[in-house]
Amino acid sequence: MPVTDAPRLQWQTAEVREIVEETPRVRTIILDVPSWHGHKAGQHIDVRLTADDGYQAQRSYSIASAPESDHLMLSVERIEEGEVSPYLAGEARMGDKFELRGPIGGYFVWTIATGGPLFLIAGGSGVAPLMAMLRHRAAQKSTIPATLLFSSRTYDDIIYRAEMERLAAADPHLKIVHTLTRGQPAGWTGPSRRIDSEMLVSEGFAPDAKPHIYICGPTALVESSARALLALGHDRALIKTERFGPTGL
Amino acid sequence: MSDSPVTRGFKGRRGPQGPASRIPPGQHLTTDFPVLSAGPTPPIDLASWSFELQDGDTTLGEWDWDEFNALAQTDVTVDIHCVTTWSKLDTHWQGVTIDTLLEAVGLAEPPGPFTLIHCDGDYTTNVPTEDLVDGKAMIATLYEGEPLVGEHGGPARLLVPHLYFWKSAKWVRSIVFGETDDPGFWEDLGYHIYGDPWREQRYAGD
Repeated sequence: MPVTDAPRLQWQTAEVREIVEETPRVRTIILDVPSWHGHKAGQHIDVRLTADDGYQAQRSYSIASAPESDHLMLSVERIEEGEVSPYLAGEARMGDKFELRGPIGGYFVWTIATGGPLFLIAGGSGVAPLMAMLRHRAAQKSTIPATLLFSSRTYDDIIYRAEMERLAAADPHLKIVHTLTRGQPAGWTGPSRRIDSEMLVSEGFAPDAKPHIYICGPTALVESSARALLALGHDRALIKTERFGPTGL
Repeated sequence: MSDSPVTRGFKGRRGPQGPASRIPPGQHLTTDFPVLSAGPTPPIDLASWSFELQDGDTTLGEWDWDEFNALAQTDVTVDIHCVTTWSKLDTHWQGVTIDTLLEAVGLAEPPGPFTLIHCDGDYTTNVPTEDLVDGKAMIATLYEGEPLVGEHGGPARLLVPHLYFWKSAKWVRSIVFGETDDPGFWEDLGYHIYGDPWREQRYAGD
């Protein structure tokens, strides 16, 4: 196997190009990475920050941008007890520099060649790698049927809301369903509870359709969704999971 | 690394870091126990559970749940290190060491220099035999005195704490000894073939 002979993933210096405030708790950091060699939707990177006395901290983040994008995007939720996320989601500004290396991970990955239907299930900032898949699909003008079931706390906590509306409005093969678990605006007609078996049936694809399923979010959401999908008869080999716990970030 | 650019505005939290001698490079201390799995947690079914030791295609020994729990039990308190950069100190496990399993099938020496570990959900990982013997590894069934829950690998997971924690495969069902070091699931997907946290062997080429 060539595995042991693979070249080392080198640390590269990234520069913050732009910052987008997505929600009160989540920011997207848009980066210039001069020697980035590309990635697949769903992959992640390791970020390493260095303080002026040489102290370093390292964490993993999913890539939110499509492979087709000129810039690398990370969407980071502020975790109060965190170490790297308070910098990325709060302190970072244009022109700041830090190191990253990647792309990492070859399993939680979707490309046009993987095929469909594509069934994405997200909770909170776990949507980032799934958004990379939807952006990749849109950039390729794919008509592969795709559904995103996205659980957020409130309407204002929906990450990428405007972009999702644009994507879904322009694409009859894409369905995006929001569920709001902690508060709904007046007139809200969508679901307002945690993702459950009934919602997976009514909004998702039937097991017979053999959807490729990607779940990313807090452990409780991932565990319960995956368990419900298995019980509904979905093929375990088609269910891929990634967790965003309180640590990690 | 002296050639790393300073990140303006980053001070670091530098909370309780624990003794530096116990936190490998690039790792940070956590007190909770994050769950990371590539797919759904398999349902626990102790009635149909079995564990097997194999030399290539030859079965050396097989135990059902009751037989496995009747084997000599060992307690350990160890530090664990996940490749996603968290480390957790003083975790307490109980289970059956690989030495005990080899002894139970009447082997004084392990039958081959490498192993591939097989799990429910088609997960595999490779570990050199010398990293499993002499008390370095066990099949763990209790965590902090309680039956290991499914999302952390219950009913039984491999525990090989001196390597990155993906090597401590959840839902373990067999150890297959062999002559070659064949990459397992994550090792085939770009993760390091050996995974020593103290040498920061996270990915292939590290």
